[in-house]
Amino acid sequence: MQGHWGDTLQPALVQHVELTAIAVGIGFALAFPLALLAHRYRPLEHPIGVLSALLYTIPSLALFQLLVPFTGLTWTTVEIALVSYTLVILFPNIVAGLHSAPDEVLEAARGMGLTRRQVLLKVELPLAVPAIVGGLRIAVVSTVAIATIAAFLLPDGLGYPIFLALKEPTPFKTEIYSAGALAVALALVCDGLLVALKRALVPWARKGLA
Amino acid sequence: MSSASAEIVFDHVTKRYAGREAAALDDLSLEIPAGTFCVLVGPSGGGKTTALKMVNRLIPFDSGEIRIDGRDIHELPLTELRRGIGYVIQQIGLFPHVTVAGNIGTVPGLLGWPRQKVAARTAELLELVGLEQADGKRYPAQLSGGQRQRVGLARALAADPPVLLMDEPFGALDPITRFRLQTELRRLHKEVGKTVIFVTHDVDEAIQMGDRIALLREGGVLAQYDTPDAILARPADDFVKQFVGEDRALRRLALRQLKDVALEPGSPDEPGPRVAAETTLRNAVSQMLETNTDRVVVVDGDRVLGVFRLSDAGALL
Repeated sequence: MQGHWGDTLQPALVQHVELTAIAVGIGFALAFPLALLAHRYRPLEHPIGVLSALLYTIPSLALFQLLVPFTGLTWTTVEIALVSYTLVILFPNIVAGLHSAPDEVLEAARGMGLTRRQVLLKVELPLAVPAIVGGLRIAVVSTVAIATIAAFLLPDGLGYPIFLALKEPTPFKTEIYSAGALAVALALVCDGLLVALKRALVPWARKGLA
Repeated sequence: MSSASAEIVFDHVTKRYAGREAAALDDLSLEIPAGTFCVLVGPSGGGKTTALKMVNRLIPFDSGEIRIDGRDIHELPLTELRRGIGYVIQQIGLFPHVTVAGNIGTVPGLLGWPRQKVAARTAELLELVGLEQADGKRYPAQLSGGQRQRVGLARALAADPPVLLMDEPFGALDPITRFRLQTELRRLHKEVGKTVIFVTHDVDEAIQMGDRIALLREGGVLAQYDTPDAILARPADDFVKQFVGEDRALRRLALRQLKDVALEPGSPDEPGPRVAAETTLRNAVSQMLETNTDRVVVVDGDRVLGVFRLSDAGALL
């Protein structure tokens, strides 16, 4: 593994982090306003949910095949696929989080004279944080895994060393194990960071019952 | 603390829900003088919660008018109206993600009070409702049900609104906590002098808490609006009689204490069971029945105040 680190694994890891970060970042930037919209206008929730779920049913490789004629062998192609998948995970989680404020809390808020906007900002959004972070955890971990298939299109990411090793005839393929292990480690680290973020953002749930 | 309160008037208020034959509230007219503790009581389907939630416009009505201090509630912008009305519900509805102090400071915050004033007011309210200052830093999940409803009450009183709406606030509490909070709310009402509309289905609670009771029957019809004593003494019809119970004579006796009635003079060594002057007439009668006598000696500590007889109780009804 030593010999591979500098020339193969380290750049692959950095690319992998980039692939994941861009996918989850764009996915969140799309899912969040869509979720706000669906929360405000409830009839929209179902159609948006169905649309993003349909995207999810297309196998990644098939989606690449569909996209390559338009966007070529580029990061754009890979990111379009990855973003679609994060969208399916993030959108319903954010919507569920926004819906999760208990009725009596909303009634008290309205009764005290909070405007609709204040109810959203002061009550619904803070209470949605656990569900939103929960969605981000699933999105990040699954994107780290799915991003390995970018190697079918590009010589980038942790999937590429695995992809190359699979094609070699040698039976002893350290690249598969080391790149695979790095992907798992990356997923675990990201997940840990998000758990820490949630603990910082949600002190009221952490302290629990006295 | 100011003791501002406001008169509330229901003027021929009617509400029907689509597709239902019976009205939710049928031509309700009710004048609640400023500073009155008014209890809306009745069976479910009587429209008492509906009537309450009309005052802060959580529920719209079809016709009629509700006025607070002579002003139609539709004159003010909705949020302004609500910020001037304290609102307490059975499920409390504290913000789980906000500390106790933050919950109490909600409306003052909306009204743009400076931080220091909010902090001072929060400290004052914690004390008023019988909580520790340290509780201010805790989250609702860390409190007992009784403590949470104290916070709910403090939150409703925070901006010193002239009107307080309470929708079965103690309905989910155990009987001991409930009794304690009822007693404290009565004391608090004397102290802060708000106009309170308090909804309950429990006739005992209505009698104990109310200066006035409005009894609503199915279909949202006002059956009787009077003081607890008058309702017990002169129930308007069979429905009221049935609702307040066959033991209404005893319930009336429970409204008065021995120190409030004229006693027959007695000597310091008067024979008979001794009872404190704060005892209700009902409990005094119960003592007589229990000890098989027809009189009790009313005392204030060691001092004999006089004698109260079973026949005196009958004469007072």
